Amino acid sequence: MEKTKEPLIHITKRGNISTAGAWAVRVAAIVCAMLVCAVVTTLTTGINPVAVFASIFQGAFGTTRKVWMLFQNLAILLCVSLAVTPAFKMRCWNLGAEGQVLIGGLASASCMILLGNTLPNWLVILLMVIFSVLAGAIWAGIPAFFKARFNTNETLFTLMMNYVATQLVAFFVILWEVPKGAGQIGIINQNSQVGWLPQIGSSKYLLNIIVVAVITVAMFIYLRYSKHGYEISVVGESERTARYIGIKVENVILRTMLLSGAICGIAGLLLVGGTDHTITTSIAGGRGFTAVMVSWLAKFNPITMVLTSFLLVLLDRGAGEISTNFGLNKSFSDILTGIILFFIIGSEFFIQYKINFRKAAKEDR
Amino acid sequence: MFDFVSFIPRAVMQGVPLMLGCTGETITEKSGNLNLGTAGVMYVGGICGVIGAFLYENNTVPGQMNGFLAVSIPLMCCLIGSLLMGLLYCFLTVTLRANQNVTGLALTTFGVGFGNFFGGSLIKLTGAAVPSIALSSTSNFFRRSISLSTGSGWFGKIFLSYGFLAYLAIVIALVSSYFLKRTRSGLQLRAVGESPATADAAGINVNRYKYVATCTGSMVAGLGGLYYVMDYANGVWSNNAFGDRGWLAIALVIFTIWRPNVGILASILFGGLYILYLFIPSSNFAIKELYKMLPYVVTIIVLVLSSIKKKRENQPPASLGLAYFREER
Repeated sequence: MEKTKEPLIHITKRGNISTAGAWAVRVAAIVCAMLVCAVVTTLTTGINPVAVFASIFQGAFGTTRKVWMLFQNLAILLCVSLAVTPAFKMRCWNLGAEGQVLIGGLASASCMILLGNTLPNWLVILLMVIFSVLAGAIWAGIPAFFKARFNTNETLFTLMMNYVATQLVAFFVILWEVPKGAGQIGIINQNSQVGWLPQIGSSKYLLNIIVVAVITVAMFIYLRYSKHGYEISVVGESERTARYIGIKVENVILRTMLLSGAICGIAGLLLVGGTDHTITTSIAGGRGFTAVMVSWLAKFNPITMVLTSFLLVLLDRGAGEISTNFGLNKSFSDILTGIILFFIIGSEFFIQYKINFRKAAKEDR
Repeated sequence: MFDFVSFIPRAVMQGVPLMLGCTGETITEKSGNLNLGTAGVMYVGGICGVIGAFLYENNTVPGQMNGFLAVSIPLMCCLIGSLLMGLLYCFLTVTLRANQNVTGLALTTFGVGFGNFFGGSLIKLTGAAVPSIALSSTSNFFRRSISLSTGSGWFGKIFLSYGFLAYLAIVIALVSSYFLKRTRSGLQLRAVGESPATADAAGINVNRYKYVATCTGSMVAGLGGLYYVMDYANGVWSNNAFGDRGWLAIALVIFTIWRPNVGILASILFGGLYILYLFIPSSNFAIKELYKMLPYVVTIIVLVLSSIKKKRENQPPASLGLAYFREER
C-alpha cells in the first residue's frame, strides 16, 4: 500500500450541474442568508424575526403606491444592470454606470432647462433622448477607447469617471440652482411641464416600466441571437481565439462599451425626464454598483436579471420599512443586503466545484 | 498671498486617511486582490473604533480616563473590525474563488451600511444618556501632538502638529515600501500578484500570501477610518461624513503606481487638492465643485499615461482581479 499524504478535502470542478441543482444551491443560500439576517436583526434590535419578514412584505407590497415604487425602482435598477451586462460578458468591467447614468440625466436636464422656453415640447423630448444617449455613450466611450487602444485598465478608469461625473453635476446644479443659494435645482418646468416624458395611464411610472421591459427583451435577443452577441461572448471567453477567427477585438470593445453607456444614458433620461424632473448628484443612488451585482448574480442573463434585481429591490424597500417601523437607521437595509449578497456570492462556489472528503475518495477506488 | 502655513497642515490631515487607505490597498493589490471594498473597510474601521471608545468613555468616570486604554481600546477594536472584513473578502475570493469586483462592491455596501447604522443607532441601542456621539476626551488622546509644537512657529505647525496616527501612517508606508521592494517575502508577494501559477510552481503558498496581504492591507486601511473619526473629526461621528475617501484611496494607488513611499507625498497632494477650493479666494461656488474633480482627473491622466508608456515597472500587478485555481490553467 502506497503511503501518500492525502489531504482531508480536495476540490474538483464539477463537469455539469443541472439547472435545477444550481437553483437549489442558490435558493438554499438565500434561505441561509435570510436566517442569518433574522438572527442579526434580533440580536441588534431585539425585534422578533417573524415581524421583520412581515415588515419586509408590508414595505414592498403594503399599498398601491408602494407597489408602484417597487416596480419603478426595479425598472431603473434593471435598466442599469442591462446596460452593464454586454460589457461584463466581454470581461470588460464597466464600473462607471453610476457616472454614465448621471451624465445622461444631466444631458436631459440641461435640454429641459436651456431649451424649455424656446422649442416645442416634442422637439425638446426628442433632443433629450438624443443627448442623454449620446452623453452616456461618450462617458463610457472614453475609457473604452483607451482600453481598446492602449489596454488601459477599464475597471479603474470607469470608476474614476463616476466622480468626474458627480462633480460635473454638482457644478451645474449650483450654476442652475433655483433660487440662488438653494443648492438644488428643484422641479424643472413645473408649470409648463416641457420635457416631461408623457404619462401613460394613471401612473407616471408606467412608461419607465414599459421602456425597460422592451430593453430587457431586446438585450436578451441581442446577446443570444445576434452576430454582435456572438462576438461579445467569444471575446469574453478568449481574446486570442477572437483575434484568430478574425474578430476585430478593439472594435467589439468600443462598440459594446458605447452600447453600455447609451443604455445607462437612457436610465438617466427615465429618471430625470420620466419621474424626478430634477437632477441631483445622488440621482443614480448607487445603482451603478448594485447593477454590477445584479448582472453577475444572474450570470449575465437578461431574463434572470429581472429576478435578481427584484430580490435586491424587495430587500431594499422592505428593509426601509423595517427602519421606519422600528425607529432604526435607514442603513439597516444595506447591512441586510450585504449579508444576502455574501451568501449568494459564496454559493456560486458550490455550484461550480465539488468538495471531496478523504473517506469518500477511498470508496471510489 | 497663499497661506501655506495653514494650508499644509490641513492638507496633511486630509491626506493621512488617504495615505493609510492607499498603503493598505497597495499591499492588497500586490497580492493580486483588487479589493474594491476598501471604502467599506475604512468605514468599518472607523465605526469599530468609535464603538470601542464610546463604550469605554461611557463606562468610566469623566476625568479619570487612562490614556493608554483610551487609545488602545479603539485601536484594537478598529484593527479587529477591519481584519474581519479582510478575512471575509479573502474567504469569498480566495477560498471560494468568487469574483473580486462583485465581492468588493458587496463589501462596500455592507461596510458603509454597517458604519452608518451603528453611527446612527449606537446611542439608541446602548441606551446611553448622551445626545450625540462626541468622543472628545478620547479624541484628545489621539490628537495629542508633540508638546514642543505650540509656539515653535511655522516649522512646528507644518511638521509637528499632528496626532501620533499621522506619523504612524508615514512609518507604515515606509515599512511596507521597504518590505515590498527589499525583502524576500516582499518579492514572493509580488510574484503572487504578477503570476500566481509561477509562484505556485516555485513553491510559494499562494493562498497564504493572498490571505495575509489582504488582511494586513485591510487593517492598515481600517486605521485610516479611525484616524478620520478620532483625529480629523475630533471624535464626532456623523453619517456619510467620510464620503468618497475610500475610492480616492483606490485612485491614489494608481496615481502612485503601486508604491507606498510615493504615497506619502501623493496623499498629501491629494489632500491638498481635496481642500484647495477652501483656499481659493473666489465667491463662485460652482467653480469650487470643479476643483473637487481634480484628484480624479489627475488619476485618470496617470492611468492613461502609464498604459501608453507601457513601462513594465509601472503596470498594475498582472493578475490583479483574477482568482487563482491551481487546476485551472
